[in-house]
Amino acid sequence: MTKKVHLDHAHLLHLLKAMIRIRHFEAKCVELYQAQKILGFLHLYDGEEAVSVGVMEALTPEDAIIATYREHGQALARGVDPKCLMAEMMGKLNGCCRGRGGSMHFFDRKRRFYGGNAIVGGGLPLALGVALADKMQRRSAVTACFFGEGAVDEGEFHETLNLAKLWRLPILFVCENNLYSMGMAVERAEADIDFVHKASGYRVAGEKVDGMDVVAVESAARNAIDRIRRENDPYFLECRTYRFRAHSMFDAQLYRSKEEVEAWRKKGPILRFQTWLEANRLIKPEEIAAMEKEIDVEIAEAVAYAEAGGLEPISELERFVTMDEVPA
Amino acid sequence: MNAPEPTLTPNRMTYREASKQALREALLSDPRVFLMGEDIGRYGGCYAVTKGLLEEFGEERIRDTPLSESAFVGAGVGTAMAGMRPIVEIMTVNFSLLALDQILNNAVTIPHMSGGQFAIPLVIRMATGGGRRVAAQHSRSLEGWYAHIPGLRVLTPATVEDARFMLKGALADPNPVIIFEHVMLYNMEGDFPSDMKEVDIARAKVRRAGRDVSLITYGGSLFKALQAADALSSEGIDAEVIDLRTLRPLDTKTIIDSVARTRRCIIIDEGWRSGSISAEVGMRIAEEAFFELDAPLRRVCSREAPIPYAAHLEDACLPQAATIVAVARELIRPS
Ligand SMILES: Cc1ncc(C[n+]2csc(CCOP(=O)(O)OP(=O)(O)O)c2C)c(N)n1
Ligand SMILES: [Mg+2]
Repeated sequence: MTKKVHLDHAHLLHLLKAMIRIRHFEAKCVELYQAQKILGFLHLYDGEEAVSVGVMEALTPEDAIIATYREHGQALARGVDPKCLMAEMMGKLNGCCRGRGGSMHFFDRKRRFYGGNAIVGGGLPLALGVALADKMQRRSAVTACFFGEGAVDEGEFHETLNLAKLWRLPILFVCENNLYSMGMAVERAEADIDFVHKASGYRVAGEKVDGMDVVAVESAARNAIDRIRRENDPYFLECRTYRFRAHSMFDAQLYRSKEEVEAWRKKGPILRFQTWLEANRLIKPEEIAAMEKEIDVEIAEAVAYAEAGGLEPISELERFVTMDEVPA
Repeated sequence: MNAPEPTLTPNRMTYREASKQALREALLSDPRVFLMGEDIGRYGGCYAVTKGLLEEFGEERIRDTPLSESAFVGAGVGTAMAGMRPIVEIMTVNFSLLALDQILNNAVTIPHMSGGQFAIPLVIRMATGGGRRVAAQHSRSLEGWYAHIPGLRVLTPATVEDARFMLKGALADPNPVIIFEHVMLYNMEGDFPSDMKEVDIARAKVRRAGRDVSLITYGGSLFKALQAADALSSEGIDAEVIDLRTLRPLDTKTIIDSVARTRRCIIIDEGWRSGSISAEVGMRIAEEAFFELDAPLRRVCSREAPIPYAAHLEDACLPQAATIVAVARELIRPS
């Protein structure tokens, strides 16, 4: 029984807008990086937007998210305020983590966004815990655990899948398979590149989905979440996708050809969805123009908010090394 | 491991039994508390600390885990972030290395890195130390390593009283706490005042007052230091023994006050000497009480080698009362 995604006009526009928001937000981040207002690493999600946008559509506010370090898209799609994210990128006190985490470590307690994690695979065990806590407290929430296919190389992946199944935890494993972990092509890293098959080795059911097709991702995620809630069991989604840009800002991309990147760009999630909407006259060019304008205003506001933000006083550097209480 | 000894009287028992009673009390008093670890349930705990708890509290709260230190410690972190009060047991500190990523990169980092959005009220218990003839991979003392990490509280109960009550303090702390239980202490008997309900986990303690030299130690070395102090007293040397109890944050004041009284100090630490907690204690004394000292600081630590199986070699590796006595003699009556 497949659940149909409600493809009414408003929803289609919403999906497109969510993806374009991520794309434009990151384009602005690149500018700010070049202007040295954003420092350190900058891992762009360019090309992978459909994955987060599709999966987040299937989640409720009660559900939880474990993110990766390439999590700008995951956070924006979850509805974390772009203002706080931009301020965080710029290391400002009004950022979502007071400027302490930066690009790779967005947290938002209110949205049950349990953090970007820069240790590849390090978030997977946390997903076990969040899901177990929900289960023990008789909440029906699902935990969506995002990770790149590189995390599958790590022992933590295997320990986590086994325990998730053993304890029947409500976890949606979202493997963002963009075919590379830094410069390591997936077939050079994994003896078996069929990740759904690997998950089945732990008796975790799963499927592959075209991660460049936002509707396909949403539909698969909705079915997966229904199944997790119904059967009290984890589920594994392998989203086939591609990163259009360099791994980070320090990457000469010696490991792949320009032609390969170009070929994937033609299958890009925004291009593809927008072209389809236009071809089927589901959206008018002026609607797209208006949408892009709205997004750009939103991002300009985010930048202004970040620019206006102060810096955390150095006297607070050690604050929260230990907590005085558990936040309610 | 033998069955735990029965409680002798309500306030006299073994260290093992005290640790178990502490766990029972925690499980009874807070429904958010649960235990997780390898062989804590059906097997009864590799040191028999959790024996009987599965029968009493059931499988949901006494969770046997597979051999996945990273996953179940990380699961502990996640449950703590989402409203539970997990107590995770790692069989021994040696195996905690497989969970170091979760402890350091997640448990102690997330509160600060998230700008204070999340606390991690997680307690991890593990056995530590040598002396059981089980060779290098089962005999390490790495509590000093853990004490290097800001954001952690590191407890080393060395007495039955602390085994019985430190857990309560650990659970009241909204931060990750590691409790190191020295393997040679589980069978030790001791008592505590019958009206005792809790202990202060922030302070070091003078376990024996003395005038001539401060023996500063913790965990499994406490009783060696006390033995040494007894031997020294028969030679007319009056040693004070300080039990650090909490390696992080260190109670510097108690240390400095003691050294200011005795003006001589030996630090006894089962960790390796280089870069150890003994080095930290010594340096704090050097920074804050240099002019109080009448003699150079001295240390008795483990020999810098993996701990061997053969009994004579293991004994030679670890700090011993006789060594402490010899160093104290030399310090007080230089030849
Ligand atoms: C444990 C660990 N090892 C190595 C790294 C360095 N590193 C950062 S990103 C990355 C590749 C991760 O690839 P993948 O999980 O596929 O995510 P993607 O970058 O493709 O989104 C590596 C090796 C790291 N951050 N953590
Ligand atoms: Mg990848």
